[in-house]
Amino acid sequence: MVFTLAARELRSMFLSPMAWVILAVVSGLCAYFFLLYIDLYLQLQPRLAGLSNAPGVTNVIVMPLFSTTATVLLLVTPLLTMRLISEERRSQTLSLLMSAPVSMTEIILGKFLGVFTFVLLMLALVAVMPLSLWAGGEIDMGLWASGLLGLVLLLASFCSIGLYISTLTTQPTVAAVTTFGILLLLWVLNLAGSTGNEGGGVLNYLSLLSHYQPLLKGIFSSTDVVYYLLLIFSCLALSVRRLDADRLQH
Amino acid sequence: MTDDILIKVEQLTRYYGAQSGLQPAVDNISFEVRRGEVLGFLGPNGAGKSTTMRIITGNLAPSHGRITINGIDILDNPKKAKAGIGFLPELPPLYRELTVDEYLQFCARLNRIPRDKQANAIGSARERCGLSNVGKRLIANISKGYQQRVGIAQAIIHSPAVVVLDEPTVGLDPIQIREIRHLIRELSNEHSVILSTHILPEVQATCDRVQIINQGRLVLSDSIEGLIQHMQTSSLRLRTKNRANNDLLLAIEGVVAVDTIDEDYVQIKHKPEINPAAAIARMTVEQNWDLLEMTPERRSLEEIFVDITTAEQTTDEPVEPPGVAA
Repeated sequence: MVFTLAARELRSMFLSPMAWVILAVVSGLCAYFFLLYIDLYLQLQPRLAGLSNAPGVTNVIVMPLFSTTATVLLLVTPLLTMRLISEERRSQTLSLLMSAPVSMTEIILGKFLGVFTFVLLMLALVAVMPLSLWAGGEIDMGLWASGLLGLVLLLASFCSIGLYISTLTTQPTVAAVTTFGILLLLWVLNLAGSTGNEGGGVLNYLSLLSHYQPLLKGIFSSTDVVYYLLLIFSCLALSVRRLDADRLQH
Repeated sequence: MTDDILIKVEQLTRYYGAQSGLQPAVDNISFEVRRGEVLGFLGPNGAGKSTTMRIITGNLAPSHGRITINGIDILDNPKKAKAGIGFLPELPPLYRELTVDEYLQFCARLNRIPRDKQANAIGSARERCGLSNVGKRLIANISKGYQQRVGIAQAIIHSPAVVVLDEPTVGLDPIQIREIRHLIRELSNEHSVILSTHILPEVQATCDRVQIINQGRLVLSDSIEGLIQHMQTSSLRLRTKNRANNDLLLAIEGVVAVDTIDEDYVQIKHKPEINPAAAIARMTVEQNWDLLEMTPERRSLEEIFVDITTAEQTTDEPVEPPGVAA
């Protein structure tokens, strides 16, 4: 049932030009950044050759690419998640799901899976770019995988936050703006943490970015993974509750 | 028509806003619908029709009360109960970017129709709703009437025990309305149908039983035959060639009032237990008024409806000083 809902979601996305435009823009932008980092590497190469413990291709090209991709997708994900529930509510198609023999959990999981599949597709386009470097050298597949895992977890949290915000409103634009605000806030929360103020540690822990950076360095810590899983799970649980509250409303 | 009850609603109440002090949107409604019955739900706008329907179909939770669909409680076992319901809300819940076939396919899966029976279910729903030649078209591009039919097809695709239709003929042209009514009659062969409307002739044309709801309360629940009885009133219309003398008519036993409507028309109101028609006929002959026409008057359904709903309003309107609700 979850897959039926997810498939419908994905299908509707690809039936509108939105999905295609987003795919094109994201891969275009990321390709540009990829070329930019290759260029940078070529400039640095003579100097790097002199160092004894020089960073490799993966460190200089692939990881910055993944880092930039995360920023680009931070801007794009709200546009994907905004209409998940709010649009159904506005066009009153939600009652089709509500009167069908489907539980609220299945509806939310279906929606999440639908949009997450799309995001993974987008990610796949970006993730294969660095693999072209095999043509001229060697890349560190362990580092690549760790970075990619970070990106996947990060985007799953983006999606779950966006989904929850979308259950709160009937206006997709409101959902998009709110989601963007919250994502950006969570993203830069570690800036306050790094100034050394009291409570900085907490803010640092809450930041989405501070759990992504270790993975980009190839450090796999279960704390970071659990942080993302907790965030995703909480947002999904909140969404289910919010949708259920629709029946009890006012 | 068999006797098994497919939907049973007991003491349904639903509040919006603060629990106490406010008048509930639906107030202690109980009714049941048997297999093969079409129940018409009538009421002015905002009377609580849509709220009741949304509660029956699990879109809203009731504040109090119990609903059983085919013997299954909708609150205790929502998934199983909902499998027995097909619902067409006021606005058909359509994904406009899909084609009719794709949409029905999705609905078939959503209602957990086994994979090998899906094609059959879709085919027969399409057939019954007259959608065979628009299957490949986008829902966004078909006319309002067809969209409404897709909405109905969606509600009957899994052959539910109860089909709930909220104002199914709103915004359709007269021919489409006739077709939809025909379809509803046809549906009642296998399903129970609950139909809400504020178009009165629709009820007369399609329903077996009528319930009038006003301000959240059930104010009338009767069969169509009973309603027709309601429509018979105690008045006669008399048309004569020469003008009738009102005073003489008033003297006839049982006559309560005589109103001149027109040059040659009078309306005679009489006590319900005495029918003065024979006496009036005799008098017209004796007085040489030359009888042209005498007909018992019937109240239209409209008049009954207005009577019932406005009477309620004046007698027990809850006194609600503004601002108290907050």
